[in-house]
Amino acid sequence: MSKKTPAINSSSTADIAFLLLCYFLMTTTMGTQMGLSRRLPPIPDQNQKVEDQKVNQRNIIIVKVNSSDRIFAGNEPIDVSFLKDKIKEFVSNPSDNPSLPEKEMKEIEGLGQYPVSKGVISLQNDRGTSYKAYIAVQNELVKAINELRDELSMSRFGKKFASLDEDTQDIVKKAIPQNISEAEPKNVGKK
Amino acid sequence: MSKFKQEDKKEVPAITSSSLSDIVFMLLFFFMVTTQLRETENKVMVKIPQASESVKLERKDLAAHINIGTPIRSLQAQFGTDARIQLNDSFKTVQDIGNYIAAERDSKSEADRPFMTVNIKADQDVRMGIITEVKQELRKCSALKIMYSSRKAE
Repeated sequence: MSKKTPAINSSSTADIAFLLLCYFLMTTTMGTQMGLSRRLPPIPDQNQKVEDQKVNQRNIIIVKVNSSDRIFAGNEPIDVSFLKDKIKEFVSNPSDNPSLPEKEMKEIEGLGQYPVSKGVISLQNDRGTSYKAYIAVQNELVKAINELRDELSMSRFGKKFASLDEDTQDIVKKAIPQNISEAEPKNVGKK
Repeated sequence: MSKFKQEDKKEVPAITSSSLSDIVFMLLFFFMVTTQLRETENKVMVKIPQASESVKLERKDLAAHINIGTPIRSLQAQFGTDARIQLNDSFKTVQDIGNYIAAERDSKSEADRPFMTVNIKADQDVRMGIITEVKQELRKCSALKIMYSSRKAE
């Protein structure tokens, strides 16, 4: 007669599995990539004559970041913390100031007549500008546009822009477009 | 009456924990399957800048990554400390971006190609000169949808 083999105690397999589980939990990166989304302008056609886009002087604001990370907005030095308000004022032009961009009445589906600003923000940088300063400026520009969109969404739809559904977001985007142009690189102030 | 007394004395049977390991194994397999190990090794040090308006990258599977930064310490003897561009897992020059984008584009399905995003992961201390060159190169191969990788500021 063979002896009955004693059952192997399996209560610790759970612990082993837990250890493995913890390892995978720790090493898994649920990393969501975040960033600022941009669209580059297409390269101009070689055959096509480069004609200067006639943009009315009042409709453009030039934001420059120089090699020592100083910011100039419309030819005057400005701190990065004031840039947002300056851009907001530029785009919205609340008092119809003749030196700020003109607006064009546009029929937008779902919103009716809305004065759409023709303002364009032109961002220029130097080769020596640090990436950090560049992103900080980009961020302020996006923030200005986002705040304006939020304000419009709150007054018209009673919700923040981010919590609107996609169609409504498109309407708001049409009313307040994000016109940021990244200029052709220029070699200014070589190091 | 004695009947009841006998039942009171009965011990509560121990809960079998043998199936616990099965449950944990199931969880384990789930994580093992969903974990994707990073296929490219970072050869540049990248500390991405902060930006409060960061948005999530849509369609992560359709992104092509360009890393820009100084080489990691162990490679500095070989490659120096100047900012370099890393594509896939080797150092490349700006001129190679065109081929890289073409290869990335080919690897995506036809319907998804217009939605391909180029994710520029650059160190916050690199100079804009190299990034402008990269941007110009991307424009040349008409990969216009780009994203500046950034951290959400707390």
